[in-house]
Amino acid sequence: MTRQMTGAKMVVQALIDQGVDTVFGYPGGAVLPIYDEVFQQNSIKHILVRHEQGAVHAAEGYARATGKPGVCLVTSGPGATNAVTGLTDALMDSIPIIVLTGQVPTFMIGSDAFQEADTVGITRPCTKHNWLVKETDALSGVLHEAFHVATAGRPGPVLVDIPKDVQFATGNYQTKKPSTSHYKPQIKGDMEAITELVAAIETAKRPVFYTGGGVINSGPAASQLLRELVEATGFPITSTLMGLGSYPASGDKWIGMLGMHGLYEANMVMHDCDLMINIGARFDDRITGRIDAFSPNSIKAHVDIDPSSINKVIKADIPIVGDVAHVLEDVLKVWKSRGRKTNDGAVSKWWGQINEWKTVDCLKFEQKGKTIKPQYALSRLEALTKDHDRYICTEVGQHQMWAAQYLNFEDPNRWMTSGGLGTMGYGFPASIGVQMGHPDALVINVAGEASWLMNMQELGTAMQFNLPVKQFILNNERLGMVRQWQELLHGERYSHSWSESLPDFVKLAEAFGAKGIICSDPDDLDDAILEMINYDGPVLFDCLVEKHENCFPMIPSGKAHNEMLLGEADTQGVIDAKGSVLV
Amino acid sequence: MSALKLKKGSTSHSAYNLRPTFSDVVEKHTLAVLVENEPGVLARVIGLFSGRGYNIESLTVAEVDHQGHLSRITIVTTGTPQVIEQIKAQLGRIVSVHEVHDLTVEGPSVERELAMFKVSGKGDKRVEALRLADIFRANVVDSTLETFVFEITGAPEKIDAFADLMRPLGLTQVARTGVAALPRGD
Repeated sequence: MTRQMTGAKMVVQALIDQGVDTVFGYPGGAVLPIYDEVFQQNSIKHILVRHEQGAVHAAEGYARATGKPGVCLVTSGPGATNAVTGLTDALMDSIPIIVLTGQVPTFMIGSDAFQEADTVGITRPCTKHNWLVKETDALSGVLHEAFHVATAGRPGPVLVDIPKDVQFATGNYQTKKPSTSHYKPQIKGDMEAITELVAAIETAKRPVFYTGGGVINSGPAASQLLRELVEATGFPITSTLMGLGSYPASGDKWIGMLGMHGLYEANMVMHDCDLMINIGARFDDRITGRIDAFSPNSIKAHVDIDPSSINKVIKADIPIVGDVAHVLEDVLKVWKSRGRKTNDGAVSKWWGQINEWKTVDCLKFEQKGKTIKPQYALSRLEALTKDHDRYICTEVGQHQMWAAQYLNFEDPNRWMTSGGLGTMGYGFPASIGVQMGHPDALVINVAGEASWLMNMQELGTAMQFNLPVKQFILNNERLGMVRQWQELLHGERYSHSWSESLPDFVKLAEAFGAKGIICSDPDDLDDAILEMINYDGPVLFDCLVEKHENCFPMIPSGKAHNEMLLGEADTQGVIDAKGSVLV
Repeated sequence: MSALKLKKGSTSHSAYNLRPTFSDVVEKHTLAVLVENEPGVLARVIGLFSGRGYNIESLTVAEVDHQGHLSRITIVTTGTPQVIEQIKAQLGRIVSVHEVHDLTVEGPSVERELAMFKVSGKGDKRVEALRLADIFRANVVDSTLETFVFEITGAPEKIDAFADLMRPLGLTQVARTGVAALPRGD
């Protein structure tokens, strides 16, 4: 069915047809016709951010917390270039977002017009795909296709660049219909490989499930099937930063997050296992540590919807290209039909070893004296918020790792963090997006003071739209992770890694009309956290913590999983020259 | 069919899995990539190679199916088997890419390149250049009293050999198209 309408109207119509209810954006000259249409409708809520980077991170937060694609609308030139960090972040973490940018009119493209940038050129390497639409008749088709590409297969960010004359002109609008695009990623896994994996499951003596963000991206069914498989086999399960929540932290097969700041037992299991079942993770360098010492004696199965993830870093013995939920369903089916066998004796011996590793209690800390330890702050936050309908975002750095270690996630889509790109400034706008998707939930952004300041302007957004996001800032007046690396690697020369001239966060909050809370005494912490939770509106919580606390456990750069540092005593001269060039 | 769908050690499918995936030996491969003929598609492919640090030895591109809106990009690249597999997988995930074929492993193929050589000289050298051109089945497409422009078609090695012979005879300019390749048979 086709209808005649302007390009600008098509944009709004396509968003409605795609089921979009929320758009994060910022107007400007080249998107004025679209904003005029946004003004004249009530189906879509528009959230005015204070910076385009905030719009993209908010859309990411919305997408991750709801499972629906996030949508941004920004103007040409600086609007588009400000979106680049968010696009790259979404690409690295496989988050489906659609960014619509205005562009100068087609007849001015290439003339260095006011607010002109080669947006599709600039964003080509940081989007899954992008389009410059030069004809109004083509616009609706491209918009629908953009949603298909963003969400199909391995999700990712897409961008549609729309010149202003295309927005003004009238053309045919095509309603949404099933995609006829040749872009159809493989969903079903190869049955032969799945059978091979089942055979390996039946005989494995020291198996482990190593799961990642792919489980969450695959949808709630994937998490459900994963839980079923883990319970049925009794195998231990660890997860990457991106995959937290797909298996509940309270589950008795859970051995904690793995990787550079993962748990001791999780990394030891990865090192010593004989069957590694990678489901939707990508052997990132934060996970593997030294490649040639990575899990030397295991058969590695790798389930991934993106063929390029397989054999990219670690050779897969049993590669399975497919969607996690589909593959897990088939694995369960085949495993059950073959009699639900596992090597029980060996696996229970393996659990004996794992329980021994657990006694190391690698996350233990001691809260002494009158200074709040960041680990203590997060333990209390966990204790006081775990029974709420809770969503957690983070910025990037030490606080992010502590949040991953000390907060427990029972369900998928409740943990929003910038994993691949490591974008400081992600968490606050992301929390705004999450709150838009879940207006009644408790949304907390665990932040460091330096990261938080990177997108602090969004406090205006939170106030304007009455989004009661809680900003839990672990303030150590340092770029904590940078400082930690300088201590370990650069002779304790702390080059520019402290936060000077910090604002008074309470006054800053009040200046925007939000609530500010400051807490420096461990004895006051519980009351202060409760005050934050119970306040109906945005809160800036300035939690003054120990300034020189380091984040442990840690696999130093260039080391293997079984060479973890468990505390300060282990740190002398641990990273050699070869390791120090790694990031 | 993607190599990744094939099982380790299976011989029934193709030669893919007979090559050790993580060998250190650098191989030269010719890839045929069928892409949507749309603005920016070449930039996507080239950007992939530069962004991920892969090599391009030669690259040709032209529309091959006007109705189907398809172009064919032929890329000669080098890398270890792991890198070659990664290049193919990365190409395959570009949304505008329809098909990726590794002509080097998918069976016998033919490769051809066209080149033009300008040779300037007098006397014996000029006669010798013409004689060698005849042996190589190169055509003279332009001539002045002091220069020839030869056109030669063939496998890249043949063109290299011809260039080596022309150099002492007064080779002044070379233009090469890069490799075009097709699989043999059905």
